[in-house]
Amino acid sequence: MILIKGGHVVDPKNKIDGIMDILVEGETINKIDKNIETKSEYEVVDATNLMVFPGLIDMHVHLREPGFEHKETIQTGLAAAAKGGFTTVACMPNTKPAIDDRTIVESIERKTRGAKVNLKIIGAATKNIDTDQLTEMGDMKEAGIVAISNDGKPVKNAYITRRVLEYAKQFDLILIEHCEDESMANGGFIHEGYYSTILGLKGIPREAEDLIVARDIALVKMTGGKVHIAHISSKNSVDLVREAKKQGLNVTAEVTPQHLVLTDAAVESFDTSTKINPPLRSEEDRQALVEGLIDGTIDMIATDHAPHARWEKEVEYAYAPFGAVGLETAVALINTKLVKTGLITYSQLVEKMANNPGTVFKLGGELKLGNYADITIFDPNKKWTVIPEEFYSMGRNTPFKGWELEGEVVHTIVKGEFAIKDGKVI
Amino acid sequence: MIKEKDLLGLRNISTDEIDEILRNAVPMKDIIMRDIKKVPTLRGKSMATLFFENSTRTKSSFEIAAKYLSADCTNLAVSTSSVQKGETLIDTAITLEVMGIELFVMRHGASGAPHFLGRNTKARIINAGDGMNEHPTQGLLDMYTMKDKKGDLGNLTVTILGDVAHSRVARSNIWGLVKYGTKVRVVAPETLIPVELQRMGVEVYTDVDKALKGADVVNVLRLQKERQSSGLLPSLVEYNKFWGLTSKRVELLKDDAIIMHPGPMNRGVEIMPDVYEHPRCVVDEQVTNGVAVRMALLFMMLGGKSGDDIN
Repeated sequence: MILIKGGHVVDPKNKIDGIMDILVEGETINKIDKNIETKSEYEVVDATNLMVFPGLIDMHVHLREPGFEHKETIQTGLAAAAKGGFTTVACMPNTKPAIDDRTIVESIERKTRGAKVNLKIIGAATKNIDTDQLTEMGDMKEAGIVAISNDGKPVKNAYITRRVLEYAKQFDLILIEHCEDESMANGGFIHEGYYSTILGLKGIPREAEDLIVARDIALVKMTGGKVHIAHISSKNSVDLVREAKKQGLNVTAEVTPQHLVLTDAAVESFDTSTKINPPLRSEEDRQALVEGLIDGTIDMIATDHAPHARWEKEVEYAYAPFGAVGLETAVALINTKLVKTGLITYSQLVEKMANNPGTVFKLGGELKLGNYADITIFDPNKKWTVIPEEFYSMGRNTPFKGWELEGEVVHTIVKGEFAIKDGKVI
Repeated sequence: MIKEKDLLGLRNISTDEIDEILRNAVPMKDIIMRDIKKVPTLRGKSMATLFFENSTRTKSSFEIAAKYLSADCTNLAVSTSSVQKGETLIDTAITLEVMGIELFVMRHGASGAPHFLGRNTKARIINAGDGMNEHPTQGLLDMYTMKDKKGDLGNLTVTILGDVAHSRVARSNIWGLVKYGTKVRVVAPETLIPVELQRMGVEVYTDVDKALKGADVVNVLRLQKERQSSGLLPSLVEYNKFWGLTSKRVELLKDDAIIMHPGPMNRGVEIMPDVYEHPRCVVDEQVTNGVAVRMALLFMMLGGKSGDDIN
């Protein structure tokens, strides 16, 4: 039994925000109370001056297995997740082969046995990602998938998206959509704006995102299906989602820490770790994202953790693949740039990084008696420097190299067991 | 003195540095005009041209500049396919660097490629054109030519005519000129004007007649013929009709205005043949000035100290 003592427990879903103790018995939460009496058989975790959150959930990671084990493996990806305070992550299906049928779902599931972090699987919406053929979503759902997505690309066209939404609805699966009209993007790779103009790099206008967001909102209205907008980046898209929510449509959205913190100005260095898709956008967009996060238009924060091998990223900007790693910097970035600056509270951080993903995708994300004891213990004042070589992830491609951040995960507890203890993987 | 290790563009270089380059180019031009076009200034210095994109004039201009200054220049024509073969840009450059090369003149189809290489090599780099980003030596030779012909850059109105969206020449011209307070106008069809271009400090036009009126200089950009197949232009004929520089349009400029073009020209597309033959068309002089400016840069970046006796 683990007794977490004296920490500042935050869980707005259960209206908890104060100094409390949590008693973990076996895999579950046994008690949450003030001053739980210590017994000799308890392993006591002194959480004085620390924050205690429901285990963080990241609905958007690329663990690269199978097919791209030179970038990341399930094992290294989950170690990075634990280090970042995530007790549950959901992996995207753009692997090789793609996660598009039961056998692949099961083979990944087998690899997660014994893993210290909960790995949830997102299945492809259409066979081999970019096709017209629906996947066996029902079968994959039975095998454990928690959502469907063609991430990396949107569902091919309006007609197939309609059918995907209709079909997925029967199995209560949410379509996580990568919103990018490819004809509009036209081979671009940074935000189309001042920096694409001065640097002579091909731009992707924010309208490439807006067009698919608008398309999908129309189709949600038509089909009654559910869409979750992945890594929202455009201010117009935030407005579209806000409007859709007002109409009561089943539309949710996530944003990444990098889009909340950085703008396209970062591309000026030609550092390829700033090459992500959707691209880092303008300051105007960034502010709209923060605003959307605060007013509830954007439900959650997700990392879009996208590791690549060093030699793949150390090339000319145009030739580098899209993506940045994010698991090990996410909560510290949000703490440093949004909480410490007074833009959001710890309650909001927990909402966006645990409660809401838990609620939308039915994955827990709260501190509730009898639930699995998935708990993140966080030192909000610990200062550290981002040194990519020290990541548990195989990916070193972070745009935050050398940044001074505040806040470090001290312990990550998953189903009553330590995945991270005193900052280190167990 | 060039303060940074590499000369990557005119955006992040001071007017002091530009002034010094242009000043040093004057005696260099004298050398070019001599009967014996050779000085020993850079004897024993090694440089290489690294061209990942085809080029005739820029490459030979650098090569000739190196020869006149007695530097040893190796030319490496690297097709982009060697990248696909697995040899990266860094591998190629490092191989030459460990053989003793001190300076690379580099052209590459990807914006930012020389910046990337510059971080990974000790050798100095002169950007000879990277993607759609910059072509600083073209910018410098254009500025040299304008200054030479028209005087103080701060008193001039310069119209850049053509495909500015895809033009590194335009960007280097703009960055260089706005530093001196030159009034820069840019004119092109709407589809060839990149977003937020005004923020670079220029006036943006689509009406070519308005943009040319009263200008001291017109710098005409080359139009890549494939633009008409990618949704940017209906046809070259239509482009010529509305944006081509004709003798009639030349009359809109100031009486003593000069006509420039970085070459190679598409006659009958962005410029009419009789305009090239116009007495105030300085295209050939630009080419000569290009060698002078590049000599000045090589001199400054390969060990020559300012104030050294170039002769």
